[in-house]
Amino acid sequence: MEKTAAYRKDVYKIEAIDVNAFYGQFHALKGINLGMEENAVTALIGPSGCGKSTFLRLFNRMNDYIDEFRMKGQIRIDGNKIYNSYIEVEQLRKYVGMVFQKPNPFPKSIFDNVAYGLRIQGIRDKKLISERVEKALKQADLWSEVKDNLKKSALALSGGQQQRVCIARTLAVEPSIILMDEPTSALDPISTARIEDLIFQLKTEYTIVIVTHNMQQAGRLSDKTAFFYMGELIEHGPTKELFTNPKHDRTENYISGRFG
Amino acid sequence: MNNAKINKAKDKAFQMWGIFCTFLGLVLLAVFIGAIIKDGILRIDWQFLTSLPSRKPENAGILTAMMGSLWILGLTAIVAIPLGIGAAIYLEEYSKKSRFASLLEINISNLAGVPSIIYGLLGLEIFVRLLKFGPSVLAGSFTLSLLILPIIIVATREAIKAVPKTIKEASFAMGATKWQTMWNQILPASFGGILTGVILALSRAVGETAPLIVIGALAYVPFTPSSPMDEFSVLPIQIFNWVSRPQHGFVINAAAAIIILLLVTFTMNAIAVYFRNKWQKKVNW
Ligand SMILES: Nc1ncnc2c1ncn2[C@@H]1O[C@H](COP(=O)(O)OP(=O)(O)O)[C@@H](O)[C@H]1O
Ligand SMILES: [Mg+2]
Repeated sequence: MEKTAAYRKDVYKIEAIDVNAFYGQFHALKGINLGMEENAVTALIGPSGCGKSTFLRLFNRMNDYIDEFRMKGQIRIDGNKIYNSYIEVEQLRKYVGMVFQKPNPFPKSIFDNVAYGLRIQGIRDKKLISERVEKALKQADLWSEVKDNLKKSALALSGGQQQRVCIARTLAVEPSIILMDEPTSALDPISTARIEDLIFQLKTEYTIVIVTHNMQQAGRLSDKTAFFYMGELIEHGPTKELFTNPKHDRTENYISGRFG
Repeated sequence: MNNAKINKAKDKAFQMWGIFCTFLGLVLLAVFIGAIIKDGILRIDWQFLTSLPSRKPENAGILTAMMGSLWILGLTAIVAIPLGIGAAIYLEEYSKKSRFASLLEINISNLAGVPSIIYGLLGLEIFVRLLKFGPSVLAGSFTLSLLILPIIIVATREAIKAVPKTIKEASFAMGATKWQTMWNQILPASFGGILTGVILALSRAVGETAPLIVIGALAYVPFTPSSPMDEFSVLPIQIFNWVSRPQHGFVINAAAAIIILLLVTFTMNAIAVYFRNKWQKKVNW
């Protein structure tokens, strides 16, 4: 992922080229072509089961563990093909972080959760680790709430706080891209609002791809939106345009809440 | 009577039957333990714990059998725990879902049900004769390790399976390797379950008699083992030997030794339960 001479960053930070994905015989993604810009938020929307998570998980190769899963086509990040034998997935995942739908902190202390990514990289310098943990917790808008309780189990926190621990954990390894799969769908409205504010702040420094069910959220947060339907990319473009002036009936029906 | 009433009556009858069975088991156990304690408790003293076997019941003690059991326990633990946990990790996380893997799985589940004397025969042939360990502590430990390996493997796999997938995913998504995920997340989270399985398996090993008799463990050993290659006796064999003697004094010795053996296994089980509860409380998903 280093920016070497071979580095070619066209217009897009992440680019999907003719992507087809299968679970066994089931064709989950059908010929997707989509580019996602650097330091912008791209929202993936569509009815449940349309392939949003499958698509998102291609970017950090999390589908690799599913036995029956196959994919064709290319994903490029910074112009580099990531489905390539010389890509180390562990390195890729330090560059492309992920936040899940249900907050999933480790059953460890808040500090150990956030330090995890650094420790597995072999970093032992205690001072460096605590600096990075503090920085990540501040970025995740959680520091003031937990700074006196860093030894407390992350599982004892509220759902919203747990999700911010998960975001801090991802930020601590200083990724460039953050993938979020419906990060607020398990949270109450107040926690949701805080996480949305957070995403808004993060997008100046990070490329964010977010799956969401919530049209208002997509509208508020994202610069670009892509609408999926039954494994196909129906339409994509600047969020404002897609919401005010959808080109396809399906898109219009979906965003106006007529189905989904 | 209408249908609902009949069902209710059936329900009641089944409940009574269940209660009866439970109590029958408990009462029988209580009577058995009571009788043993009545016979043996007064025989347990310092002399009994520290004496070698003897032809005279009042001079005999369980020192060699105790030390033999401890040796067996220790060596079996050293062999079986790493092997069992390692095999479980491999089967759970590394082996591809092949036909070979499922064959292996079925076999391991079945091995847990093989009569222990069969393991004794296997041990006799392989460890005592082929590898020329003789009827030693080492041969006994290897044999019992084979016997409890399936128990440890099954328990460890269950414990690993009980760790939520989301934890594993989160660890992988942070850039952890399989091994880092296993070591830092899955093993700590399943530690309580694994420990419980290990302790229960070891307490089974402490109580085993048949396979050790088959490999040639002795009832009468006039010394305590001082190396893995020494001959040995264990508590259950000592008990078995004493109850088959005609003198009443030996029957009382046997009762006393049974109390000691029960104490050991109960303690091990209590420790297992303690750890299970402790970890269940700590890891509350
Ligand atoms: N592990 C899997 N095995 C088989 N089919 C799957 C698996 N994961 C998802 N699918 C199927 O792929 C389709 C897309 O799933 P997903 O990407 O999770 O949709 P979304 O996130 O848009 O709700 C669905 O029809 C789902 O049933
Ligand atoms: Mg999804």
